[in-house]
Amino acid sequence: MADFSISPDVLGGSYKRRRWRPDRLGLYVIAMFVLGIIVLPLTFSVLGGFRTNKQLVAHPVALPHPWVFSNYTSILSSSSFWRQVWNSTFIALTATFVVLPAASMAAFVISRYSFKGRELIYGLFTLGLLFPAAVAILPLFITLRQAGLLSNPLGVALPQAAFGLPLAIVIMRPFFRAIPQEIQDAAAIDGCSPFRFYWSIMLPLSRPALSTIAVITIVGSWNSFLLPLLVLVDPNEHTLPIGVNNISSQYSTDFARVLAYTTLSMIPALIFYAIAERQIVGGLTAGAVRE
Amino acid sequence: MIIAFLSPALILYGVFVIYPIVQSTRYSLYDWNGLEALDKFVGFDNFRRAFSDANFTAALRHNVILIVLSLAFQIPFALGLAMLLNTRIKGRAILRTLFFAPYVLSEVVTGVVWRQILRPKGLLDQVMTTVGLGAHTQGWLSNPDVVLYALFFVISWKYFGFHMVIMLAGLQQIPKELGEAASIDGATSWQKFRYVTLPLLGPTIRVSGFLSIIGALQLFDLVWVTTKGGPIGSSSTMATYLYDQFRKSLFGYASAVSIVIFVLSLVVALLYQRFALRRDLGGTGLVG
Repeated sequence: MADFSISPDVLGGSYKRRRWRPDRLGLYVIAMFVLGIIVLPLTFSVLGGFRTNKQLVAHPVALPHPWVFSNYTSILSSSSFWRQVWNSTFIALTATFVVLPAASMAAFVISRYSFKGRELIYGLFTLGLLFPAAVAILPLFITLRQAGLLSNPLGVALPQAAFGLPLAIVIMRPFFRAIPQEIQDAAAIDGCSPFRFYWSIMLPLSRPALSTIAVITIVGSWNSFLLPLLVLVDPNEHTLPIGVNNISSQYSTDFARVLAYTTLSMIPALIFYAIAERQIVGGLTAGAVRE
Repeated sequence: MIIAFLSPALILYGVFVIYPIVQSTRYSLYDWNGLEALDKFVGFDNFRRAFSDANFTAALRHNVILIVLSLAFQIPFALGLAMLLNTRIKGRAILRTLFFAPYVLSEVVTGVVWRQILRPKGLLDQVMTTVGLGAHTQGWLSNPDVVLYALFFVISWKYFGFHMVIMLAGLQQIPKELGEAASIDGATSWQKFRYVTLPLLGPTIRVSGFLSIIGALQLFDLVWVTTKGGPIGSSSTMATYLYDQFRKSLFGYASAVSIVIFVLSLVVALLYQRFALRRDLGGTGLVG
């Protein structure tokens, strides 16, 4: 009796599930196909670094046989690679530490005080969202030359901070606006100076916006290519993207070495992405306007 | 007090953004190699020269082709995947992470890896030969008729995840009840998509399209690393053309080209904002 009453349910259930499967299966097939296209170049690069050039030409798809470590070890033991890692890091952090205070102070007065020309200044900053460094590169280069900032990491970090300002201000403003006026009034009555109010109340309350801006600045700076290419003439000052680009034209026939170098250079970015995925996705999509 | 708070940002912005742009407007009216005195005033000659140079108009045409391709393929593709990830498919969090990952990689890394894959007898050619498509292999990056499309594929590989994430966020703001109500009224999946999802997602799609257009107009890094705009200019963009002039020390002329790119971007942005975006930007969380 029990068997009898259960089996139709089971049948029904499996029938239903089976009915759904074709749909679902299609979705998984599409998802896996796209995933393949995304992952394949990355895997190719990682594994390619473990091959000899001969293997790379003969069997680019199979696992390396035998595994070759010399490509990776020779890069990891070269001082120029580590110098590039350091240069990239230094420039990214400098740009971040410049843009954070500059943008938050400006956004603070723009969103909390009314003064003449406020909208004009805000408009001027938002216009910058349309102006990528790639297009401004030539006059920027001339300006940097006049300022003696060529061949100087600051010649990269400062313009990056400057071009990051518009988006940073656009992100900060709603955060600062959302903080109730009563808090500001109460602070003023208690004799709190505007700077103290900014520093001790506004900044701590807008930490999520600050970390979003930091993340966008770091990723943008870390990946940037054209500006460092023009400004950093001395090989000792090169950043990782410049290094990758140079290696790939210098050793244009040493494919395995190029792939190993490329792989190593993407690891820091991928680790950063793994740690701060939520901020990066949120920040970069909020930062869309600047793309 | 206000000036004190504003001055760091204003100085930085003034020196590295405003001043160069103003200067570039000035340089664009001169014949200048960047070193000698700025005294050969030529008026609008540089602009005329750009629009009568076949290489520049070709570059402009490539930009337009890339815009059309992005709007026609990349955005629908991103929308499709966003809808896929918006279902209860297993592992969608990890899929989202991986689909977005190329966007975090640098253009240089992307370009160098894809160049290795697409080079003659590279990974793609080898795989095609193995599965019996050997007759269809070609110089993906060396055939002038193919290179722009190969480049578009690489561009899509890097950027679709970005558009997908924007659309996914838009999809998640659509109340589930609307779809359910439509189902109860007997709407098919297509009708639900056409009459419920698509209209409600309109603002997000328009923002995505906008960013895609602006991005394509200013495309440089990825193109430069992958093809340098070649062979013989067949994958050039306005920005790679600009960089070529810069390398030839044609500073006055290159300034004019950069003004053209900026004005084009500005005009497109204003038109788009006027006709498509105006009512949208408030609601998407993308601006302000």
